[in-house]
Amino acid sequence: MGLIREGRLVPDPFTDASGLERLPDGVPLIVSLEQWQTQRSGLLASGQRLGLRLKSDQPPRLVAADLGHFSVIALEFPKYRDGRAYTHARMLRERFKFAGEIRAVGDVLQEQLHFMHRCGFDTFDVAGPDPEKAWRTIAGDHTVAYQATGDGQPRALDLRKGTGP
Amino acid sequence: MYRYDEFDHTLVAERVATFRRQVARRLTGDLTEDQFKPLRLMNGLYLQLHAYMLRVNIPYGCLSSRQLRQLAFIARRYDRNFGHFTTRQNIQYNWIKLDETPDVLAALAAVEMNAMQSSGNCVRNITADQFAGRAQDEIEDPRPWCELIRQWSILHPEFSYLPRKFKIAVSGAPQDRAAVKLHDVGLYLRPNAAGVIGFEVIVGGGQGRLPYVGHTIREWLAKEDLLSYLEAILRIYNLGGRRDNLQKARIKVQVNALGAEEFRRLVDEEWEQIRFTPQLAVPRAEIERITAYFADPAWEQIPDAAALVAAQRSADPAFEVWNRANVVAHRTPGYAIVNLSLKAPGIAPGDLTADQMDKVAELADRFSLGELRVSHRQNLVFPDVRQVDLQALWQDLQSLSLATPNIGSLTDIIACPGLDFCALANARAIPVAQDIGRHFTDVAALQDIGELTINISGCMNACGHHHVGHIGILGVEKNGLEFYQLTLGGSSGEDASLGDRLGRSISAAEVPVAIEAIVTRYKALREGDERFLDTYRRVGLEPFKEAVYGKTPQRRPAVA
Repeated sequence: MGLIREGRLVPDPFTDASGLERLPDGVPLIVSLEQWQTQRSGLLASGQRLGLRLKSDQPPRLVAADLGHFSVIALEFPKYRDGRAYTHARMLRERFKFAGEIRAVGDVLQEQLHFMHRCGFDTFDVAGPDPEKAWRTIAGDHTVAYQATGDGQPRALDLRKGTGP
Repeated sequence: MYRYDEFDHTLVAERVATFRRQVARRLTGDLTEDQFKPLRLMNGLYLQLHAYMLRVNIPYGCLSSRQLRQLAFIARRYDRNFGHFTTRQNIQYNWIKLDETPDVLAALAAVEMNAMQSSGNCVRNITADQFAGRAQDEIEDPRPWCELIRQWSILHPEFSYLPRKFKIAVSGAPQDRAAVKLHDVGLYLRPNAAGVIGFEVIVGGGQGRLPYVGHTIREWLAKEDLLSYLEAILRIYNLGGRRDNLQKARIKVQVNALGAEEFRRLVDEEWEQIRFTPQLAVPRAEIERITAYFADPAWEQIPDAAALVAAQRSADPAFEVWNRANVVAHRTPGYAIVNLSLKAPGIAPGDLTADQMDKVAELADRFSLGELRVSHRQNLVFPDVRQVDLQALWQDLQSLSLATPNIGSLTDIIACPGLDFCALANARAIPVAQDIGRHFTDVAALQDIGELTINISGCMNACGHHHVGHIGILGVEKNGLEFYQLTLGGSSGEDASLGDRLGRSISAAEVPVAIEAIVTRYKALREGDERFLDTYRRVGLEPFKEAVYGKTPQRRPAVA
């Protein structure tokens, strides 16, 4: 499993405990929304860094007040066709001003990385044998954007400054 | 017309390069067909019954003669010498080879065209009134707004994996020629009480298995709010549209499950959060820049030539008939709008050969300032013909079989490709259209019948828009045989409605006979110059049911 950040394979200090019945002690954990809701006080008392894994039908507004507790929000793509997490990422960044890591997990394919990045994802649990190569391959695909999505890339229509036919 | 600038050119060129890489990965087996599918769909490439089909966008129906020549070149070089114009201002090539697709896309890019998002679960080609900028009844030209929406929707990072496809249509005239109310989002340019022009926003229209006429969720939206409001709609849909059932994934199902009021409340709530964000502002300089591309062309200052045309018409009955059916008044003195019928008897509706394309391009240069349009009824339009040239143009169009005087009449049929091409179809559509075309060839009789649209779909997906034909024909399959279900009373206009089922389905051979019976009954029932649709709305289904099936109890369908 490779976690890509800024085009490089980086170590993942977090243990994804979202599928585990018993939470491990003494390590940074990524937990599910249910685990967070039922074991909140214990998790906070552990003193470990925390991450939250949200399914695609769990919008970030459900935890808007708690976002300060998390270093990572992992947004799940159950299938690459399920595009809800693109909206969730933008909400986290642009509406809730979440400044931590937004991680793409699940069915994360090379050809979707660009849109994910533009929506505010900064780490990617990419499928395939060579995630760095996947990132390099798509890195130059799109240099022009028609939309501003909060990532700072200017829109073509803002760069044009009204030059016409 | 809009012209690409450096940004538009770069974006499309990069897209072609990306797809070239993706095709190469597919050809080497690096990508499975399942992984490749969404990538090819985003570039307009379908896998059909016999081959790949490429669907190319003709944004809001505007096409230059130069672009049409390139479409002819593509038809010759990469396909089987023809193309098929669809109901959404696209052209489809039915016999494209996968390994050549990147070259086709590059050839399109060279004339500022593309196939981006012509399929897939994303925002599709933006469509509009084919008479935009020319119609006498127009309030405002929709094309600059279509172009703004086009750019906003292309490669939208958030909205490229929607629950299902998403279609937007815009009209700037009170008479709706763009089927606006049958779209996921439909926009009418309308003045408010203060006379300021904005948009009426309609959501949740659509056809397919679950047809709906859209709901107005905002009577009037300021132009500067267009992108933020669209973004709010798309966001509510992206999050709330169903993803568990493909048949229920369109926004129409969400709107109707929630109710239009609740859907509007959700959109407004989201909109309030984003409407003033700079990311969604419409800079005045940009809309002015785009609008400048749609400035009136170099029309000559010429007098109205109605008297000359009237004399020509009375001297030649065939020219008279063509004028009445295919020529539309223009907003500028001395000019006319001309419809080119792609519905000659025996022709597959919407098909045009490469040779015809080249000749039409030549005629567009000679007679229409090098520009043409594509209509959602699968015809072509010359938007700027001098009235004094009408007769010469008519003669040239006749030699190309593009002067059939049947626009808006019952042989101006919309039909999907049907079982002849489509993997989804249950029945053929094109041969049925051809049969009707061959059955009703008497021009005077057609003009006596007047406005009567027939739409044919080869399956419940309703690509031939059968729900909104004045007469709709739906192909169904029963025990391996093809049958056809008729509906009456549909409309895709500003008075949009869905057709009512007439009765049991009939065989292909019975279809022209049934239509003849419906028409005969209509002529007996109509009051004054009442259209078929209005007669139907007045008298209802029963008289037509009786005309088709007789008074006896319905018999078992005949075997085709």
